[in-house]
Amino acid sequence: MKKIMILLFVSLFSFSVNSNAKSITLGWAAWDPANALQELTKEFTAETGIEVNFEFVPWPNFADRMLNELNNKGKTFDLLIGDSQWIGAGAVYGHYVKLNDFFDKEGISMSDFSPATVYAYSTWPKGSENYYALPAMGDALAWAYRKDWFERPELKSEFKKKHGYDLGVPANWNQLYDMCTFFQGREIDGQKRYGAAINTERGSEGITMGVTAAMYAWGMEYENPNKPYDMEGYFNSPQAVEAVEFYRKLYEDCAPPGHSDAYMVANLDAYKSGQVAFQMNWYAFWPGVSKEDSDGRVSGFFANPKQNVAAATLGGQGISVVKYSDKQDLALEYIKWFARPDVQQKWWDLGGYSCHNDVLNSPSFPTSTVYAQGFLDSMGIVKDFWQEPTFVELMLPMQEAIHDYVVNGKGTAKEALDKIIEEWVEVFEADGKL
Amino acid sequence: MSVKKKFKGLSDKAVGWLFIGPTVLLLLAINIYPLVYAIKMSFTNFYANKIGREPQFVGLKNYIKVLNKEAIWEKMQVTASFMFWTLLLQAIIGLGLALLLNRKFKGNELLTTLIVLPMMLSPAVVGVFWTYLYNPQVGLFNYVVNFFYDLGSFDMIGSSTLAPWAIVIVDTWMWTPFTMLICLAGLRSVPNYLYEAAEVDRASKWQQFIYITLPSVLPFLLLALLFRGIENFKMFDMVVELTSGGPGSATELASINLKREAFEKWKTGYSSAFAVILFVTIFGFGNVYVKVMNKIKER
Repeated sequence: MKKIMILLFVSLFSFSVNSNAKSITLGWAAWDPANALQELTKEFTAETGIEVNFEFVPWPNFADRMLNELNNKGKTFDLLIGDSQWIGAGAVYGHYVKLNDFFDKEGISMSDFSPATVYAYSTWPKGSENYYALPAMGDALAWAYRKDWFERPELKSEFKKKHGYDLGVPANWNQLYDMCTFFQGREIDGQKRYGAAINTERGSEGITMGVTAAMYAWGMEYENPNKPYDMEGYFNSPQAVEAVEFYRKLYEDCAPPGHSDAYMVANLDAYKSGQVAFQMNWYAFWPGVSKEDSDGRVSGFFANPKQNVAAATLGGQGISVVKYSDKQDLALEYIKWFARPDVQQKWWDLGGYSCHNDVLNSPSFPTSTVYAQGFLDSMGIVKDFWQEPTFVELMLPMQEAIHDYVVNGKGTAKEALDKIIEEWVEVFEADGKL
Repeated sequence: MSVKKKFKGLSDKAVGWLFIGPTVLLLLAINIYPLVYAIKMSFTNFYANKIGREPQFVGLKNYIKVLNKEAIWEKMQVTASFMFWTLLLQAIIGLGLALLLNRKFKGNELLTTLIVLPMMLSPAVVGVFWTYLYNPQVGLFNYVVNFFYDLGSFDMIGSSTLAPWAIVIVDTWMWTPFTMLICLAGLRSVPNYLYEAAEVDRASKWQQFIYITLPSVLPFLLLALLFRGIENFKMFDMVVELTSGGPGSATELASINLKREAFEKWKTGYSSAFAVILFVTIFGFGNVYVKVMNKIKER
């Protein structure tokens, strides 16, 4: 009995010690940059004594998990690295703490960060000076390709003979298509290879992120710049229709078999297993891809090719303090530390994509990695999906209609875009925007 | 204090209520209250994610919207087709397997155990591993099909023609053992003397099957199909893992669409109306089915 009492006392004591320790919880998606952040954060804990617990949620469940938590005013997270599209909901529904006063007090200036990332990850309403997040992880959709295959003399000469220009980084989407079809079904080193692993995922945001990479490059606008939410003739413009048709052609003629519900991980797998010549994916994955080049595989990287205009799909996230947290002061301390230029430099060195001008404008930055210049190029041309508080309601009909057209082959591109506009009008009407 | 002493002085009715009380309370809390609340919400324009926005009464607007939406009818059609084919296949194969296992042969128990294994797995896990089995490049399913008949490369999940069959095949693989087990119980309850009398009357095996086996096992089979029908009407996890409702909306069952409307688009009022409609549909069908089943039993 005495032993049991001692055990009980010791466990109660250790519990009370643990609960008294200063700690915060940070939520993000489960992917490579999250591991880099975990590594970086060790320095924060060493400096401040504040423990940071991490909860990383797999991408397919990330939005569901986090948005449910916020809608339920949950206290699980003190800090959240949320997707760029969530900023509207975070601000309007009061999930995120407004950071203006804190920034002013601590001397954190948003002009120290890349303007595109501040606009995309921090502000609501868009372009205002109301800040709800600190740009944490810059990202855009880009391409990786098998540089080793591209450098093979026999493939180079065959391609040049067929298409009249050099096999290399495609200057536009037409060239990308030529190169993809060139590799489609081709046998290299005794194995059958395919053109490109592109986004086709149906459940969350995959196919939308993929198809918009083409639509932006064709010059698509979501709405009339002079009349907000007027989408007719913009989102379903002839250019937008052509881009969607092109994306379907790319899927039909260049994707590996079975690539009908693929996003980040499936694209990585197809590329790493040597199935495809190209993969579409986020910059966040390039450090891993580059590091894991082996068995003769050499990867090259390039920004989203232009067609009518230069544009790329925006990814990335800002870091916000959750309004329902009881430890907002500790969470703000983390943001203050994370905003420091020296920490931002270490963040980039570890594989995170810093948005701080000191890092991005450093003369050595473009040559610091093989994908750094592409990242710089991309961040100057990024465009994002609606960042409205209703972005999920806006995303779902697009996922369904585009998947139905691109993968399922149902109807026409124009019909798909018209259907999306119809649903979006309903969403904006319900939200009182129309 | 003994139980007898403890309950001394309580009437039988009171003891009865004491026993069922916790269950009734639990049912009221987690079944009846949410149902009533959902019905109430179905007459409002409530959005659960729009904090601070008071729901407004909109009458039958949500019901009219659901019933007039073409996309909803498409999902209902997909659900009906999924139910029809899964129930038909599970009835035929399940009964066939039960007839086979009702015979005495060496290894009968082992075979029964092996056949029953799929239904012990989690539907989500089944969904995930069948995505690998259906993979056109390395999947076992495609390999086996091509081994018997060379179809070349085909994508079960990526094709709108094949994807509905992909989910039917997986559900049949997983749940036929359930139908089989219930039918087997029915077969084992048929008294032997009926067959002996039929033998004396020189009835053929086919006649014995039609006039003795089938009528005896039919109530069991119908019961199994009732359970499977209810389950498949609300099928969600396996299909989400396997196809996410795609390609496009080719395998988007009503339950998947309901989840998307309720917990992704957060159209709480609208989706409550949709849920009530689904509830009434299955409740209505279930009642008619049970009445038909009882009539068959009475024969």
